[in-house]
Amino acid sequence: MNDTAPPEGREKRPAERTWRTGERLAPIAFPAISRHALALYCGGSGDHNPLHTDIDFARSAGQTDVIAHGMLSMAYLGRFLTAHFDPAAIRSFSVRFTAPTRPLDEVTCSGVIEAVSATTDGPRLDLTLEARTETALTVTGRAVVSGAHGLASGA
Amino acid sequence: MTAYRKWVGHRCAPRAVAAERGQIRLFAKATGETNPLYTDVQAARARGFRDLIAPPTFLFCLASLSGVADDLAAEMALPAGRILHGEQAFEYGAMIAAGDVIRLDHQVEDIFDKKDGALTFIRTRTDGVNQDGESVGASLATVVVTAP
Repeated sequence: MNDTAPPEGREKRPAERTWRTGERLAPIAFPAISRHALALYCGGSGDHNPLHTDIDFARSAGQTDVIAHGMLSMAYLGRFLTAHFDPAAIRSFSVRFTAPTRPLDEVTCSGVIEAVSATTDGPRLDLTLEARTETALTVTGRAVVSGAHGLASGA
Repeated sequence: MTAYRKWVGHRCAPRAVAAERGQIRLFAKATGETNPLYTDVQAARARGFRDLIAPPTFLFCLASLSGVADDLAAEMALPAGRILHGEQAFEYGAMIAAGDVIRLDHQVEDIFDKKDGALTFIRTRTDGVNQDGESVGASLATVVVTAP
């Protein structure tokens, strides 16, 4: 089902711009991940695994400290996508977690438009995505953005 | 891995979960969200959505919040301290908005080993359908169980 039909009264969308293969989307740098942020994410996401919030549990499981939820970095990549594109235009989004993210890490999200194509439902962009901390490539991913009513975020 | 193999194809009983404004607001706070579609109901409605919309990873959160993912992990006796999230994918259908009730169908899609059994990969699929019978998409999660 095409969910992108705008209901009546929807505000005017920004003029669609030209998307270019190879274009690097402006990266977004997120603040250092505090232990408090991990506690909020535990509650906000419903993932109550104590590996992310309880250092005593983490040590009993053989770790030296807690680690951040991989999904927190995927949420940051989600924020990166919705900063650049209309959320309703995101058709798929997938990642691989390649290294742990630790307390006080600063995550930077970036992406590249790998392909621009035309479909019967409007333009389609294939993106590659990355999340990095100072020391590691922590997440690699892909997303497909397409839709009949413009792809730009309007945010 | 042989201990887990029997779970391939297992389908959990469907479970309904509400996408709640308060939960979306807390998730937004936790991720430092600045996009008003996730925090400002008027802004979301001005863009044609019913209410606050759910951010892109929220279907995974709904599976956690419903308890279906944890219940299956407990049934499978997955070792809490030796599980890592390896991969995650989403397919999107209708947008999830606050006020929706999503029926989750959670199943084990595949289980396989790597590194001579040192790593066991378990992929689950959670399909979501909203109160209007529309698919809201699917969450595909691959967790990695490390040998003790």
